[in-house]
Amino acid sequence: MSTKMQWVYTEKVKDHFVNPRNVLDDEDSFGADGTGMVGSMACGDQMLVAIKVRDGKIAECRWKTYGCASAIASTSMMSEMVTGMSLEAAYHITPKQITEALGGLPEHKFHCSVLGDKGLRAAIDDYLEKNGLENPFTKSVANIVCECVGVTDQAIEAAFKAGAVSYEAIQTATGAGTVCGKCREKTEAILEEMEHLYGKNHE
Amino acid sequence: MNSRFVYFDNNATTPLDPDVRERFIQALDLYGNPSSMHMFGRQAHEGVEWARGEVARLLGSLPEEILFTGGGSESNNTVLKSVLHPDFPRRKGKVITTAVEHPCILETAAFLKRFGVPVAILPVDSEGKIDMNRYVDELDDSVALVSVMLANNEIGTIQDIADIAKLAKQHGAYVHTDAVQGVGKIPVDVEELQVDYLTASAHKLYAPKGVGALYRRKGAPLFPLIHGGHQEKGLRAGTINGPSIIAFGCAAEKAGSLLDEEYIRLLRLRTKMRDGILASVPDVMINGHPEDVLPGTLDVSFFAAEGESILLSLDIEGIAVSTGSACATGSLEPSHVLMATGMDAELAHGSIRFSLGRFNTEEEVDYLLEKLPPIIERIRKMSTISRKEVHQ
Repeated sequence: MSTKMQWVYTEKVKDHFVNPRNVLDDEDSFGADGTGMVGSMACGDQMLVAIKVRDGKIAECRWKTYGCASAIASTSMMSEMVTGMSLEAAYHITPKQITEALGGLPEHKFHCSVLGDKGLRAAIDDYLEKNGLENPFTKSVANIVCECVGVTDQAIEAAFKAGAVSYEAIQTATGAGTVCGKCREKTEAILEEMEHLYGKNHE
Repeated sequence: MNSRFVYFDNNATTPLDPDVRERFIQALDLYGNPSSMHMFGRQAHEGVEWARGEVARLLGSLPEEILFTGGGSESNNTVLKSVLHPDFPRRKGKVITTAVEHPCILETAAFLKRFGVPVAILPVDSEGKIDMNRYVDELDDSVALVSVMLANNEIGTIQDIADIAKLAKQHGAYVHTDAVQGVGKIPVDVEELQVDYLTASAHKLYAPKGVGALYRRKGAPLFPLIHGGHQEKGLRAGTINGPSIIAFGCAAEKAGSLLDEEYIRLLRLRTKMRDGILASVPDVMINGHPEDVLPGTLDVSFFAAEGESILLSLDIEGIAVSTGSACATGSLEPSHVLMATGMDAELAHGSIRFSLGRFNTEEEVDYLLEKLPPIIERIRKMSTISRKEVHQ
């Protein structure tokens, strides 16, 4: 029996967990151009992403996380992937791309990588705002509605289209609102919008 | 690669004791159906009845008051679901249980509720003890069953079952205790506890999985969960699992003979571990009751370090523990036991349970105390929560 056999994640996840890249050692001396903090301690995942921007590209990406092994590994991986990337490309990086680069994560760990890309996006938003620049990216990406489970507005829309037309059905289909429940209002607002777009009895 | 393996997860399950293993392997040859009348059946039957006597001896009961089941969850389900039976005295009477029970009690209680049974879930204090005032408030003559665990699987807190039972009897209620974590670790005597039903499980006693015991006081109402056979006095249908039951008997015999010395030894190891962690890792909190606690259970919350990260870092060093952090189990909700003690979700996510058992040594505790501090330090360095915030 070896520890290799016992490890529940891929070797890549283990590598990034044990040897995390680009950890933000000292926030003050780093001198970030933009920072983003996402997630909730109550859900067990909180992430801080700090970036330096040069010529419209991410020159450096540093991070900290209170989270599990896959949260640490996915943020570490994300920080490597986006370094040198244009702001636009970085803004559109998806949790799927991060998890694929890690060689996959168990399904129930997907929300950890969702928070990684959301943290980066929050840092880019912060950079643009601080520099008085218009944000041309926001409309083209999905927004997280349920932070605990990492459910986006796009996922809610897809579930609605597939027949989940009540709040309870959305909960069952996506997991949204099943932990702290604070996203209920946001989810119901999206449901209302969907009803307007597709009709109340859409199935 | 690490070549050392240390198992500190004995509350989840225990390794097979070599003596139990040997007896189990021998018993596999007793393939006769214990219910058969021929020689092969009689041999197996004899082994099962010997085991019944050993389990009864460990619990201070009569052998005929012991029923073998498929495990602790089945024993608990059998007792709780009996209140739904039309012949249960004061059918649909109230059931009282606690917020820190195993899910097989809490989910069965929720199931009873759906059938119209009134259920009261008692809160606990910060050390995991039930609120006796609330208990007394809930007690009245409508109560059919009180079910309170003897010792908690996560934080190890031991409840005052004898007091709880005494009060319940004043109202004519039956009393059940889920003693799965207590049996074999602390003295358990059904007469002293004054319970009507008690649940025990073999795999927490260094025996194989898939077999449990249910003590039922003579005359206490009980109805089968599994129908379709006359086995176990018609209370639990299904071919009797002879080899596992015989191994259970062997495990019970050994647990009884080692009880006192193991209690002292494990308490010493736990104290060493607790003091060592407190001395070498800042910002930690020890959970559970300071005195009324299982000798081998130590639950610790580490501020600003998430549980699954600690668990997996220890795993890399060959040390197996479990966590109250939901992220390790796939759910996002932290342990219901820790939350019931009033702990913040943030802190519960950073909790680790070290559960020691018969095969753990002092040297292993030293190994943990060597490996743990740098792991916590490393995880905290990456954490969004600074030590500054921790001290606030």
